[in-house]
Amino acid sequence: MDIKILGTGCAKCKKLYETVERAVAQTGVTAALTKVEDVPSIMKYRVMSTPALVIDETVVAAGRLPDISQVSTWLTTAEANTYETR
Amino acid sequence: MTRDVALSSTREPGEALESGRPRATLAWHIAAVAAAVVAWWLVYRQLSPFSNWLTFDVIGLNEANRLGSAVAFFAYDAPKVLMLLVLVVFGVGIIRSFFTPATTRRLLSGRRESAGNVMAAGLGIVTPFCSCSAVPLFIGFVTAGVPLGVTFSFLISAPMVNEIALVLLYGLFGWKVAALYLSTGLAIAIVAGWVMGRLKLERWVEPWVYETTVGEVQEDRPDWVTRIHMGLDAVREIVGKVWPYVLAGIAVGAAIHGYVPENFMASFMGRGAWWSVPLAVVLGVPMYSNAAGIIPIVQALLEKGAALGTVLAFMMAVIALSFPEMVILRRVLTTKLIAVFIGVVGTGILMVGYLFNLVV
Repeated sequence: MDIKILGTGCAKCKKLYETVERAVAQTGVTAALTKVEDVPSIMKYRVMSTPALVIDETVVAAGRLPDISQVSTWLTTAEANTYETR
Repeated sequence: MTRDVALSSTREPGEALESGRPRATLAWHIAAVAAAVVAWWLVYRQLSPFSNWLTFDVIGLNEANRLGSAVAFFAYDAPKVLMLLVLVVFGVGIIRSFFTPATTRRLLSGRRESAGNVMAAGLGIVTPFCSCSAVPLFIGFVTAGVPLGVTFSFLISAPMVNEIALVLLYGLFGWKVAALYLSTGLAIAIVAGWVMGRLKLERWVEPWVYETTVGEVQEDRPDWVTRIHMGLDAVREIVGKVWPYVLAGIAVGAAIHGYVPENFMASFMGRGAWWSVPLAVVLGVPMYSNAAGIIPIVQALLEKGAALGTVLAFMMAVIALSFPEMVILRRVLTTKLIAVFIGVVGTGILMVGYLFNLVV
């Protein structure tokens, strides 16, 4: 799956990236992580507050730092959905 | 891995993905919060007798000597301010869960000036805001039809009227100083935003901003259990970060309370020195500190006899006009517009400083 972390480089954005990295390792999903840092690209996701987390082009959290168990749930749900749609 | 983007985004954002760990029921949460508030109140009422007992009976200091009065001051004020901080940050954290930037934008878009400025300044207090989100927020606002001046009212009030500063001012200097800070901070945000709206400065916003299209933002509505957790997270995050500054501020205050002669600063920063207000603003603008970090300095200046207006002006200049935020805003605003922004807000702060030196 495709994961994007939207943020202009603030402390919380870096923390979110680390949290997602750990969640990916824990759940064992195959995922590509990308940081999106330029503002016009962030705005394409209609997000007004960073950091935001995008899984397979869906914004799942914006303006807050979700905890790792929440991120893991999102990852496993997203992976299940990918298999269904195939 | 990324090709079936369209397929996987068919579900509603937030739906089914929320609901992380298994959580206790709402009733349980409310009971826990109520019990904590009652416990808070019981402890808070005992602080004054406790600090006297600790200082004079346990440590055995003399009430009349300098060390004794300094220690008693610290033993009373430190727990008092920290407890107030926990309560207020928790409350504000819950209130903020109702005001995402998206809701605020919806409330403000299409709003006319004047009324819009007043609303924006008020919403600036309760909307969660971090200066690193200033740019997306600015674009989101102006492209949704929020007038530029109203957007500025929000951008001024959000960092300037700060709940931590409010609690500290209340705890250390009483409700009058806190109320002055709140009302003048709002007034500056309203008037400065209105003035900037009158100046018609849209042409000095970077042109690409208006070409960005921003739709309605999809954000999930948290339930009450989540809101309570958001309040607790706010306490952990904010109080966890600012408590050393708070203790430092109170320690400085305690030392001054016990040792430094009254009116030490009066000659430099008293109300007689007319140049002290502009000097305070000019010194304050390039300085960058959070509200909690500035309070120790405020404490020291006030106790040494500096005039209230001068100190308020200094504090507002530090927290409302910060260099890093200007650098961030430079992406969407031309340098000219940033200069006007600093000029208008700085003038407002200057006027507040003089006003209080005259009145108080």
